[in-house]
Amino acid sequence: MIQFTEVKKTYDDGREVLKNINLEIQAGEITVLIGPSGCGKTTTMKLINRLISPTAGQIRIDGEDIAKSDPVRLRRKIGYVIQNIGLFPHMTIARNVAVVPRLLKWDRQATDRRVDELLALVGLDPAIYRNRYPAELSGGQQQRIGVIRALAADPDIILMDEPFSALDPISREQLQNELIRLQQELRKTIVFVTHDMDEAIKLGDTIVLMRDGAIVQTGKPEQILRHPANDFVKSFIGKKRMAGEQTAEELPTVDEVMVEHPATASPTRGLAEAVKMMEKRRVDSLLIVDKNNRLQGTVSIYRVLDQFGEESKTVADVMKPVEHVVQTGTSLSVALQLMSEHQLSNLAVVREDGQFVGLITRGTVVSHMAGMYASDRTGESNHVAV
Amino acid sequence: MLRSDWLANYADFWRDRYADIGTAALEHLTISATAIALGSLVAIPLGMLLASNRIRWLHTLVFTIANIFQTVPSLALLAILIPLLGIGVKPAIFALFLYAILPILRNTYAGFSSVDPALVESAKGMGYGTVQRLLAIQFPLAFPYIMSGIRMTTVYIISWTTLASLIGAGGLGQLIVSGMGVNKEELIVTGALAAIVLALVADRLLGALEKRFTRKARTVTRETSYV
Ligand SMILES: Nc1ncnc2c1ncn2[C@@H]1O[C@H](COP(=O)(O)OP(=O)(O)O)[C@@H](O)[C@H]1O
Ligand SMILES: [Mg+2]
Repeated sequence: MIQFTEVKKTYDDGREVLKNINLEIQAGEITVLIGPSGCGKTTTMKLINRLISPTAGQIRIDGEDIAKSDPVRLRRKIGYVIQNIGLFPHMTIARNVAVVPRLLKWDRQATDRRVDELLALVGLDPAIYRNRYPAELSGGQQQRIGVIRALAADPDIILMDEPFSALDPISREQLQNELIRLQQELRKTIVFVTHDMDEAIKLGDTIVLMRDGAIVQTGKPEQILRHPANDFVKSFIGKKRMAGEQTAEELPTVDEVMVEHPATASPTRGLAEAVKMMEKRRVDSLLIVDKNNRLQGTVSIYRVLDQFGEESKTVADVMKPVEHVVQTGTSLSVALQLMSEHQLSNLAVVREDGQFVGLITRGTVVSHMAGMYASDRTGESNHVAV
Repeated sequence: MLRSDWLANYADFWRDRYADIGTAALEHLTISATAIALGSLVAIPLGMLLASNRIRWLHTLVFTIANIFQTVPSLALLAILIPLLGIGVKPAIFALFLYAILPILRNTYAGFSSVDPALVESAKGMGYGTVQRLLAIQFPLAFPYIMSGIRMTTVYIISWTTLASLIGAGGLGQLIVSGMGVNKEELIVTGALAAIVLALVADRLLGALEKRFTRKARTVTRETSYV
């Protein structure tokens, strides 16, 4: 955990750029610092690896005051990724990734192994990329190297200052997804600076909203979206994420919109049975749910018909895993974002304990928006292949 | 007719005197190379030092002194050095060394200043110490600038070394001075030509050396966006 206690920063020109920052950054989470340009995000971040020292106050990592640590040693234990990547142009990719292990005097083999492992982790073939130079890589590839370089010596903390902001939207999206994937496995304490609210909502476990050197609001994305502290936060969140505010002060949740009894089948059903059920419910896909009401997968009519000749097969044999689900209580805006991002035609809603409770489809969303979802929920007839 | 006479004269002259010409060229090269090596030894660390701090008065002081040396006419400088260092190779090398400092210093400084501050900060943020950063990041990136300073300096120091013979240091200038004394054109032309060839060869060699070390980094500097 990283703790800021009454931290102030005044630069030599006398301007107070951080005014009394109190902040707890939880271990194993992505904490996003967001706010308009010049509000002090970068300054806050650089205090953590002592690239900047505070004018007053204390910063502690796992309880230890960093002012008492040796800055060079401290920095080698903290990964650092900057906006324009900062790969060293005169070093090969392997050398760039190996920077911190080499500074830490790892032995050669361990370093090489680590470099190959990391390259593979972000889908870059070590045999091809190890000996290339940064200029020979695309922007997205370079930033992947920037990220794995920060991971190289396996630090607990990683600082990322607008790491993806210079990328085109497609690469940015890919890198964000990769970061989410990596983080699920690695559980690092990541401090991520951005000025992009979409990015903050997507990546942040906690969002810290800053303005003019002060923290305006700290909370889970959901909390900030639902309960913006003031007009500044509202305007920062933006109109499109505030849909529904007029009607109900609070954003609708997936619970209000979902179909509660979508067409489901147990994994042991045969294919002919599945076709019958689809016919009866007039849907073209079924959700496969086990006897404990846990979501196992989904089958579409196309997959069923494709294998229909195989009499011994059950739906469990032809189903596809469900890649995206949302929990009950999630705001509709988050669900919609997920659906549009991954081109999903529907999205399952599960309880915290994993029990399947309902389904959001495009039809239900349209119905909801038309304000006629109250009594006759017929949206399920619009299921299409996942 | 006239032309072939002229050529034959030179051919005879070179055949008779090739040993002397060789000795003079070698002396010439030694003086120039020593002056440039000493100049680099002083100017490169000094340039690094200046580029890595922001003490204004120190910058002004160093560049002013280096500029002053640069503007003293070479003949005068050589003459001034006689009472201090006597005559011969040593004062010649010393004078040329003073001339070598400024251009190498300037280019080193420019090279270090050209390194993207974001890269330097990135290095610092990853845990490079100050010296490690200078040697592993800033120096290699400034290297093409430093090398071009050394190349430029080499060309003109080789040409100025011809003056060194005036204070008895020998070198190709000796051929020219003797040629003037005995009014022998072949001597003068040979001395001048040899100095030119020497300068061109040295320039090419250094150029090849620079390429060898910076081939990759150059492709990068051309596309500096790193995005
Ligand atoms: N070295 C510095 N000296 C003086 N002012 C600075 C310095 N670095 C940043 N600032 C100022 O501090 C404020 C906060 O900067 P920064 O933390 O970089 O903002 P952000 O990352 O949120 O855009 C800005 O107004 C900036 O101009
Ligand atoms: Mg910033």
